[in-house]
Amino acid sequence: MTAWIAVWQRNLLVWRKLALPSLVGNFGEPLLYLLALGYGLGAFVGQVQGLPYVVFLASGIVCSSAMNAATLEATYSAYVRMAVQQTWEGILVTPMGVREIVLGELAWSATKALINAAPILVVAAALGAVHGWQALWVLPVTLAVGLSFGAMALVVTAFARGFDFFLYYATLVITPMLLFSGVFFPLSGMPAIIRGGARFLPLTHAVDVVRPLMTGQRLENVPLHLLILGVYALGGYLLALRLLRKRLIG
Amino acid sequence: MAEAADIVVQVDDLSKQYANLTVVDRVSFTVQRGECLGLLGPNGAGKTTLLRMMLGMAIPSGGRLEVLGLPVPLRAEAVRAQVGVVPQLDNLDPDFSVVENLYTYGRYFGIPQRSLRERVPLLLELASLSERSNAMIGDLSGGMKRRLTLARALINDPQLLILDEPTTGLDPQARQLIWRRLRQLLAQGKTLMITTHYMEEAERLCDRVMVMDQGRILANGSPGDLVHHHVEPQVVEVYGPNAEAWVKRHRPLAQRVEVVGETAFCYALDEKPLLQALSGEVGLRYTHRRAHLEDVFLKLTGHDLGAAA
Repeated sequence: MTAWIAVWQRNLLVWRKLALPSLVGNFGEPLLYLLALGYGLGAFVGQVQGLPYVVFLASGIVCSSAMNAATLEATYSAYVRMAVQQTWEGILVTPMGVREIVLGELAWSATKALINAAPILVVAAALGAVHGWQALWVLPVTLAVGLSFGAMALVVTAFARGFDFFLYYATLVITPMLLFSGVFFPLSGMPAIIRGGARFLPLTHAVDVVRPLMTGQRLENVPLHLLILGVYALGGYLLALRLLRKRLIG
Repeated sequence: MAEAADIVVQVDDLSKQYANLTVVDRVSFTVQRGECLGLLGPNGAGKTTLLRMMLGMAIPSGGRLEVLGLPVPLRAEAVRAQVGVVPQLDNLDPDFSVVENLYTYGRYFGIPQRSLRERVPLLLELASLSERSNAMIGDLSGGMKRRLTLARALINDPQLLILDEPTTGLDPQARQLIWRRLRQLLAQGKTLMITTHYMEEAERLCDRVMVMDQGRILANGSPGDLVHHHVEPQVVEVYGPNAEAWVKRHRPLAQRVEVVGETAFCYALDEKPLLQALSGEVGLRYTHRRAHLEDVFLKLTGHDLGAAA
């Protein structure tokens, strides 16, 4: 039942070799957004929901960074392992099956979400944008975000015939998710239909948990938020498993 | 009849269809322990699909399949734990060094780190890669990569080794080295299944050869027996634009003639009359040789092995 760890470990070992450029890319960019928007835009915006803008934004960036890390890993990188390097094909002639590959890749997506989001939490704390030790609970939440978005991305990867395919997913799913999940601004100013639609987006629920944890505001509906993330993770996992089995085992 | 325990692979009436295309068409055969079986055929003959079905990586449309006494695909994972595979396409991990590739692969089999520390140096030696153990995959030659892939396939000390075109694309020297290693493995009692479209490979390595074309097994036997049973012993190849016309005029000198492109293959019990007639000709090139597996293939399929490749 733990055979998938070998797949996770393989990805971890590769990442360790390329950790520095990977960290600069995946962590540097959200950090720039946090600093530039947080202070630049924050000077004009002032308070949002009773918080300085940089404090409001920091929790959103933690979530979007976790989402992007898991999404990139389970689309482009997973596709390279599946179709370009034939890494999965090599694994499938060992006692490993498609299930172990999907579980290992999912666990790795979640790990990447954590690896990329955690430093932002630290920076936010250094900037005084984190209130209290309860913010450490954010870390397991980023793992859950990674599982949800990793699973969704693996479904997309199961259909992919080339890298271009991922542009559809990025443009049609991930970008709207980033803009309409309360990362950069509260949804309260949006038309009701958008607010309603946003309730179905997993990132909205991630932000709804992470923001109170980081700012010290009151946590509400935690089980619901985690349930939604879990539904996306489990649904995505089952679907990706089915689709990849079909694709890899003829 | 061999004991059941000596049968490593048992295939009965096995078929595979994709949509309307029949890739493997009701094939039946067995592989004995310690045997080297060659699967010979052009691309698209169904060789790779057959091997994939044996590993549970393609699900049969019909028939029965047992590997190492276990039904496949039902027990495919248990089968794969005891089988080594050298795939057609190189899928070594380019982000890892030679030695890291072996360790990583060993973990897929659940082999403990301690055992790997013992095994890996031996495998590096077998692959003649001890000096290159920290090299990255991109820095290896084609022959080195193949040897590493072979070493990787042995990480679990498999009983059965499946090799899908193990020497395609290698230069003759690199090929010889692989063959030497494979013969060593046979001497150790391993069972080998090899697909190839190199006749020489099949003739040198295999105890038995199955000729496949369009999903069917057309012949099954030792290379020598196949040649003996299916074709005349002497072959005179006549080349050039006028070859066909010449052969038509001298048809009675050969028992059988096959024309492929600009080459006429004249099969005869006695080659001397053919050679005598040819010796006076200007503008025709020809060679005489003994019949080999390629001639069997040509006769059984009507096309040469490279044709569909």
